[in-house]
Amino acid sequence: MTNVADAHAHALEHPTSTGIDSRKLAIWTFIGSECLFFTSLISTYLVYKGKSLVGPLPHATSQCMLHGKLQECEQIFEIPLVTFGTAVLLFSSFFVVMALNGAQTGNRKRLIGWLSATVLGGLFFVGMQVYEFYHFVHKGLGYTTNLFGSSFYTLTGFHGSHVTLGVIWLSTVLILAIRGKLPPEKALNLELAALYWHFVDVVWIVIFPTIYLMR
Amino acid sequence: MDLMDHRVLHKEHRHPGPALYIKIAVVLFVLTALEVLAYEMARRQDLPGVFVRSVAALLVPILVMLSAIKFTLVAGFYMHLKQDAKIYTGIFVFPLIIAVALTFALILLFGVTQLMAPRP
Repeated sequence: MTNVADAHAHALEHPTSTGIDSRKLAIWTFIGSECLFFTSLISTYLVYKGKSLVGPLPHATSQCMLHGKLQECEQIFEIPLVTFGTAVLLFSSFFVVMALNGAQTGNRKRLIGWLSATVLGGLFFVGMQVYEFYHFVHKGLGYTTNLFGSSFYTLTGFHGSHVTLGVIWLSTVLILAIRGKLPPEKALNLELAALYWHFVDVVWIVIFPTIYLMR
Repeated sequence: MDLMDHRVLHKEHRHPGPALYIKIAVVLFVLTALEVLAYEMARRQDLPGVFVRSVAALLVPILVMLSAIKFTLVAGFYMHLKQDAKIYTGIFVFPLIIAVALTFALILLFGVTQLMAPRP
């Protein structure tokens, strides 16, 4: 069933000399360039790792300036919260492939249900990150406090902005699906958004152990 | 569109079904749990046993290996690189190789610079 729907859907795409859809080629090229972008940020984080002169630090207690006084600061990371956020983001990748399967097979109920769950998962992750940033600032870690703060906020901030863009993109596709404007022939519209969403997920698969778990 | 195009398109879109997606989701969840478990074992150095000490010593390679498996599963099955035309894999993997090489080069460069720097 899936194969028949897929073949039907993609037979209606515009013809190209390679037989490969140019929109899909474009999103993969964009994802390739994004790989280099995030690698530069991850490399910067790794190069600066352990070189902060003042706290707060990610995995150890340290001396830091808090409320204008030099005092002992506890380690800043809260692993259980981030682990939960990571699991939600991973599952949202699963939700979006289920939605894509619904779009390709013409199962509107499956498409809308799983796509809604994906958007909610993305919103939860962004909310988790906003809470985490607020919490860190409250604990004395600003953007310019130390090398850890600068590299951490830059890397996770860019990732969070990508997640936000993904949520907006998937929400527009969800609105199209609810209005009945996403028939199986147009499933590629969701597939492109899903590819971007999976990329955001694989970036987090690298960021999570690199930042939060490697001591 | 000629016969060749149809063949390419048909081959490109033989995506797996929900059953495989569910299995992969479970594997991804288990691997994430293992990552956090390894981190906790490394953190709790007071725990006895050779195994715990080994995990603590090998934390970085363990985490790299687990995240590489997760990365491959998502890219291969959820992003459909395993089923789609090989050109997409090329477009994705080529910058990825450059990226990994760049990361290793920077770590080596700054690590060596730090080792050679005069100690205060």
